[in-house]
Amino acid sequence: MTTEMQNEAEIFRGTTEGKTTFKDARSVRGTPKQGMPAFVLGEELAEMAKSDDRIVVATADLASANRTNDFKAVHPKRFFDFGIAEKNMITAAAGMAACGMVPYVATFASFAAILGAEQIRTDCAYPRMPVRVIGTHSGMSMGFYGSSHHALEDLGMLRCVADLTVICATDANHLRAILRKSADHPGAMYIRLGRGRDPVVYDEVPDLEIGKAIRLREGSDITLIATGSQVRATLDAADAMAQDGISVRVVDMHTISPLDRAEVEAAARETRAIMTVEEHNMTGGLGSAVADVLVDLPRLPFKKHGVPDRFVEVGPPAALYNAYKLDAPGVEEVVRAFLKGI
Amino acid sequence: MSDRSNVNIAVLEDRAKFIRTETVRLTKIAGAGHYSSTFSCAEILSALYYAQMRIEPSRPDWENRDRFVMSKGHAAIGLYPVLADLGYFDPSELDTYTRLGSKYGDHPDMKKVRGLDFSSGSLGHGLSVGVGMALAGRVRGLDYKTYVMLGDGEISEGQIWEAMSAANHFQLGHLVILLDRNGLSIDGHTEEVMAIEPVHDRFASFGWDVQRVDGHDLATVMTAFGNLKDGTTGKPQAIIFDTIKGRGVKRMEMSLDWHVGNLVGDDYDDVMAELDAGLQPYEPEPAE
Repeated sequence: MTTEMQNEAEIFRGTTEGKTTFKDARSVRGTPKQGMPAFVLGEELAEMAKSDDRIVVATADLASANRTNDFKAVHPKRFFDFGIAEKNMITAAAGMAACGMVPYVATFASFAAILGAEQIRTDCAYPRMPVRVIGTHSGMSMGFYGSSHHALEDLGMLRCVADLTVICATDANHLRAILRKSADHPGAMYIRLGRGRDPVVYDEVPDLEIGKAIRLREGSDITLIATGSQVRATLDAADAMAQDGISVRVVDMHTISPLDRAEVEAAARETRAIMTVEEHNMTGGLGSAVADVLVDLPRLPFKKHGVPDRFVEVGPPAALYNAYKLDAPGVEEVVRAFLKGI
Repeated sequence: MSDRSNVNIAVLEDRAKFIRTETVRLTKIAGAGHYSSTFSCAEILSALYYAQMRIEPSRPDWENRDRFVMSKGHAAIGLYPVLADLGYFDPSELDTYTRLGSKYGDHPDMKKVRGLDFSSGSLGHGLSVGVGMALAGRVRGLDYKTYVMLGDGEISEGQIWEAMSAANHFQLGHLVILLDRNGLSIDGHTEEVMAIEPVHDRFASFGWDVQRVDGHDLATVMTAFGNLKDGTTGKPQAIIFDTIKGRGVKRMEMSLDWHVGNLVGDDYDDVMAELDAGLQPYEPEPAE
């Protein structure tokens, strides 16, 4: 077992007391500045719940992995572990919401969104219950745990559900902003998180509006529209290309549904090409959502970058990002090749 | 009808008849409907809404009202007339039943139907809704009960058993299952399609207090409701109502042909007359 694999295993282990036992504990406990989205989840909700008695939190036997046990430590009577029964958890959250609560229910994205898709649609979105389903460890961030534990289809499956807000957290501070805005947001939400070790994009909690993209770099040659875990890699790729005089606009399209059409239209109007970058199957996700806007506009060069439409290989996350060109050098390579061809 | 001062068994029997005749009338508007699944639970619905539940129709959002989840959502056609009769909305609205833009479809939508506590239609979800409602009551310090009506075929859905476990684990004494044990699902007898017996023992083994009674005898139904504990014991409670699918219309009783149907012409008038005469003794078809 490599050192990295050992760290992977240890990071998942945690303890029921909410303590971590291994040497690199800081990387799990995390702080906002270190950028650990999943792992600020419990503490941020606990803080919000001090002044909002509607908030309750639930998980499905993953309180350590997603740090909802940080919430439990502060508000034990408002925390529910449903065991390995995700469908029941999501529907029960809808029942709680019908009685005045604002439930946040978290589990791996593969189970929250894919196993729980019908419960999200029928019990949360359709009756417009303010349930926040939080899918952690999304994309292929589970690495060598394999495709059963990956969620590379969740955006595609859920963005076509009416009355459901679908949003991706970029890093820890971005997640804090989403959570704070979510408490009073109408209707159901699916909040997609990485694994909790996503690199920092926002040094402070950003001023966030759900449904409105954040433009992180100005540029005119091409617009890169990224979401969630891919924003950092995309920014780094853009900065590298800027040194060669390529003017790259970078947009953090955190809200996948409803999509910020105006931002896509501005990119089409003001820059020469558009490329999307996502840790998701290239069918159905951010790229498809942007294409749905572009199809109504005058034609311009457009490329989707993400995971090809097949189940991915096994490997440590960093190796997978490298293999599928979703790290900064990989994104840069894809952008340069795209620009060369237009 | 929301005044309970004169409610007695005769009144509840009359309201059960009303549920059946309204089901027949509304189905005619739709051109197809779930007669028999509604007939089997007519007495249960009557007793629940006209005598048992703590509700105030003038305050549908009252936070400490009892909740009802019609998990077998296809029987909503029998619930709508009750809600209208109690004053949640104007009964004339039901004349739009299932027509384009109506608030009232075959499966009920809480965002459109005043007095409806949750939407349903996809089987197997309602008990989880009830678990959440009961948990919210605890968090909020309210003592309302949550009643969930399940169909017998419905409990083959795995999510039901997730919720059965959770109700026991969380000690949800204020949660009550009303099982309409009418014996049939669409493809046949439950014990031939997918057996659910011994359902009393199965529920009990999940930690529930269980009663099993005749679901068409209103005195018995009321006794079962009266036996419910106040909820503070922490044990979730279930009443298994043995019923007859299609009860009240001879040709529909335990018939596989009437899960969805439409009465026209003389048949409509004949069935209305049959229902008007009240329940007759059930005579099963002799075994072949």
